[in-house]
Amino acid sequence: MLQPLIYDIGSPGRMGVNLPECDVPKVELPAALLRQELALPEVGEVQVVRHFVKLSKLNYSIDQGLYPLGSCTMKYNPKINEDAARLPGFAQLHPLTDESGSQGALFLMRELQKWLGEISGFEAVSLSPAAGAQGEFAGILMIRQYHIDRGEGQRDLILVPNSAHGTNPATVTMAGMHVHELPSDDQGNLDTSALRAACEGELRDRIAGMMITVPSTLGLFETTIREVIATVHEAGGLMYMDGANMNALMAAVKPGALGFDVMHYNLHKTFSTPHGGGGPGSGAVGVNEKLAPYLPGPIVEIVEGGDLPRPTPSPGPFPSELGKGSPPTISPPSLLGGDTGGGETTEPPLYGFVMPEKSIGRMKAFHGNFGMHLRAYAYIRVYGDSGIRDVTRFAVLNANYLRAKLMETYIVPYPRYCGHEFVLEGHFEDADDIHALDISKRLMDYGFHPPTNYFPLIVPEALLIEPTETETKADLDEFVEAMESIAEEARRDPELLRKAPLTAPVRRLDEVRAAKELVLCCAPALPR
Amino acid sequence: MGEWKTRADLRYAETDEWFAVDGDVVTIGITDYAQDQLNDIVYVEFRDAGDALKAGESFGEVESVKAASELYSAVAGEIIEVNTALEDSPETVNADPFGAGWMVKIQASEQSALAGLMDAAAYDAYCDSR
Amino acid sequence: MSYIPHTAIETEDMLAEIGVESIEELFEAVPATHRFPQLDLPPPMSEMEVAAEMLAISEANDHAQDFAIFRGAGAYHHFIPSVVNHMLLRGEFYTAYTPYQPEISQGTLQATYEYQSMMCALTGMDAANASHYDGATGLAEAVTVALEVARHKRKKVILSHAIHPQYREVVRTYHQGRDIRIIGDRGRGEIVDLMEMLDDNTAMLAVQYPNFFGQIDDLAALADAVHDAGALLVMVANPMALSIFKSPGELGADIVVGEGQPMGVPLGYGGPYLGYFAIRQKYVRRIAGRIIGETRDADGKRAFVMTLRPREQDIKRERATSNICTNQGLMALSASVYMALMGKNGLRQVGELNYYKAHYAANEISRLDGYSVDMSKPFFNEFVVACPRPVVEINEALLREGIIGGYDLGPHYFHLTDRMLLCVTEMNGVEEIDRLVEILRGLA
Repeated sequence: MLQPLIYDIGSPGRMGVNLPECDVPKVELPAALLRQELALPEVGEVQVVRHFVKLSKLNYSIDQGLYPLGSCTMKYNPKINEDAARLPGFAQLHPLTDESGSQGALFLMRELQKWLGEISGFEAVSLSPAAGAQGEFAGILMIRQYHIDRGEGQRDLILVPNSAHGTNPATVTMAGMHVHELPSDDQGNLDTSALRAACEGELRDRIAGMMITVPSTLGLFETTIREVIATVHEAGGLMYMDGANMNALMAAVKPGALGFDVMHYNLHKTFSTPHGGGGPGSGAVGVNEKLAPYLPGPIVEIVEGGDLPRPTPSPGPFPSELGKGSPPTISPPSLLGGDTGGGETTEPPLYGFVMPEKSIGRMKAFHGNFGMHLRAYAYIRVYGDSGIRDVTRFAVLNANYLRAKLMETYIVPYPRYCGHEFVLEGHFEDADDIHALDISKRLMDYGFHPPTNYFPLIVPEALLIEPTETETKADLDEFVEAMESIAEEARRDPELLRKAPLTAPVRRLDEVRAAKELVLCCAPALPR
Repeated sequence: MGEWKTRADLRYAETDEWFAVDGDVVTIGITDYAQDQLNDIVYVEFRDAGDALKAGESFGEVESVKAASELYSAVAGEIIEVNTALEDSPETVNADPFGAGWMVKIQASEQSALAGLMDAAAYDAYCDSR
Repeated sequence: MSYIPHTAIETEDMLAEIGVESIEELFEAVPATHRFPQLDLPPPMSEMEVAAEMLAISEANDHAQDFAIFRGAGAYHHFIPSVVNHMLLRGEFYTAYTPYQPEISQGTLQATYEYQSMMCALTGMDAANASHYDGATGLAEAVTVALEVARHKRKKVILSHAIHPQYREVVRTYHQGRDIRIIGDRGRGEIVDLMEMLDDNTAMLAVQYPNFFGQIDDLAALADAVHDAGALLVMVANPMALSIFKSPGELGADIVVGEGQPMGVPLGYGGPYLGYFAIRQKYVRRIAGRIIGETRDADGKRAFVMTLRPREQDIKRERATSNICTNQGLMALSASVYMALMGKNGLRQVGELNYYKAHYAANEISRLDGYSVDMSKPFFNEFVVACPRPVVEINEALLREGIIGGYDLGPHYFHLTDRMLLCVTEMNGVEEIDRLVEILRGLA
């Protein structure tokens, strides 16, 4: 046993907090409505701290080292963003505060909407989806409603390449539509003849759109992307871009300019908001003018004073007062208006929430994961125009460098430069019965988090590797050395790989037992 | 020839179900090859007795730790019996796929589709080629 | 280049290794006409400047550190022990992702298993998942589960009108592509009215507990009626209220969902929050999202792993019932640390403080001329006040005195014009409550 359960370290009567005395007269509690049992642990503050600190030490994280989990963009999460998120004006702001009392938050959201729109070339952006999958769902619901409003409600098919992440087809089903799967060719591109067959054949009038990831889940830019977009548009469908891989596109190409109609962003991937052991994410959606009226709401707009001049291109929202190095001595209201930088003084505009005219509705309560919006805002602010460009340039450089180095030892199925990630095959002709999983587990013994295993499904024994831009050449070289060493071990001592990991807190787990016994809650907590 | 078993008296679908015909009643399960590919089966779920099925329609699902597989009936008809014992011991499908691991019985409304299925030799060859 | 570590020499070496002259060459597959667009973004900024700017923006908001707050309506200002934030900020939790590799993720896995366990204790259910996005999406996913349990043979979903209006909106967003009917939330919405809507086409009935107006409805007969109709009972419960009130499990619920924010998650302008989702054992395989189970490793050591994986979108693809992957893991950790610290006695004390203070405030306000408080049913920490003038005017006056007043119910419920939903928690001291009452008196 590694660390006992929190339920196993308590003693009756112990408590981890001091609460104030009740300062109002007590009334009688309604006895008939009260519970008799509350099976929570009874642990002191020190024990709680030690418990969670010990648990934390059983985890691997970006703060410890390279985390090349393909398609998840595990980049460094800037610490300043955590400080910003804990400012009382953000952390202690009630979501139903009147708009006049939340102008700072609304201003920030509107700037972020604008910036995300600019980065991707889209007309309008909604920040409300809580995660990438929810952004996808919003996108497909918008496409669905768009066709219904045009009297083409029979369009119920969404084309999805077989290399797609599972969320894409799952999203289509949730929206009440149907998946038509398309194969890939041997270059890792979408098979355009299959696409044409679908778009020009008898299914033509049923095609609502297509979901595609750019660069693809193989880390490759579809060389035929413009042809793909044109083919679907000609059939009357709309194009959805899965923005999971936006880290390869910023200032390299704008999806909106390529002809996409809608995409989602993963703020927790591209814009560095922390992944938090599984979430939260934030999955803004961007759309062109066709779909703008359908965006999920609410979105932020200037509701008063919107025609007043604003600085464009903005040298930053607070230009005059916050010149380089000057302290923030200004009072908040003047921040949101005042000198535009062009010498004209304006009244501050009033920001407010607006529900788009034909909105597909609300994706969650309140206004999206605001805490992720403010981190993404700070991140884009630090990098600015030139830095955002470098994020993508160096993410792509790092991935291609790793790919070039690993090609010497591993099978790399597609002989092309990759985007921000690439796939290799985790098996060897001359090392029998070694699988991608064994390589991954052995990487743990070398002190690395493994790549993504067995995705995309179309590559045998796939290892999808995404180093991100925040890793040094030295970090990448160490990873290469580990991978080379593992390839050598696979031949010399394959049992070592099959038994790995040997140095992790636990060995390989019995997943069959977990699935059969289904112990999902510890005994003391179960209802009697 | 691989390491899986087949039974000569059954018909086989490309989706790895077997079909045993007894008059109008068709019993369906999954093949030894399929249970081996799936590995440890941890869960099964079938549609209800009384449900009507079209030919080619799904009658349920099997789950292993890493995969979930839909089950298809080649024949149309009504489900008249479901092997509920499998709900508590799905591993029976691994242990005895052609016997105690049977899944549903169908009162077939027409059986012409059975003629299009493979016999044991053809199914063996089909599995070998995969 | 704040977080990009490359030196010029390293970059050169790497390019040479790849065999190209410049990074730009790596983008050859991008259509040339669209390659390398200019981005109209502000210029880069130093960390010092960004810190100052974030502070300035944050101060343009009316927050709970500067204002006394009596607003709830789905987001609650509760005490968060310091330890919660300190544990959350450990990079090992903060900067890890989904525990796909259990051997090096036992911290996240065990903490999540403990979260599931404590949610079971609180709700009286047998299993809980690792979280949904928020209470509203938890409810929307509960609808999917109920439809699945009924194998899509039942097409009716009954939602009480006393469920948070935004939650009901989200349910409609989620299910707009399905052939189902969502009813119940446009009428008077008493429990007996809802029970009359049950029939053999009903997949589920959902109520909120305490309801959106803070009240505890009489649910004694509800579960049996729902089950007799062959439907599922879904309860949207405020976990803080479950500190003292009967668990939904005791009341016969089949699925319990809700907003976990009151337990250790700051107001944060509405997110990230924590959608909790708990269910009876017999339906556990219908649960969406991640779920952690206990098992053993190769040496027989107890360990934890994500289980029931084949239900999820990455394996089941278009046959999956939900597309959720990323969840609110970090917020689940907050709730875990919060519940561990509070424990069975602390949480009950917090619940009682909420009850006493809300009742003190309600009693005081009910004595004011021109105001009346709806005391027709028991309530927890929120209650409805009928005001002598529009709520907007009252809230403007309160704001001038440094108080964020109640939530205006009129825009959502036509029969509740001039009524505000007031929330009182352990954070509101007696002086603050007395000041609120005095200002209200002056507005009569």
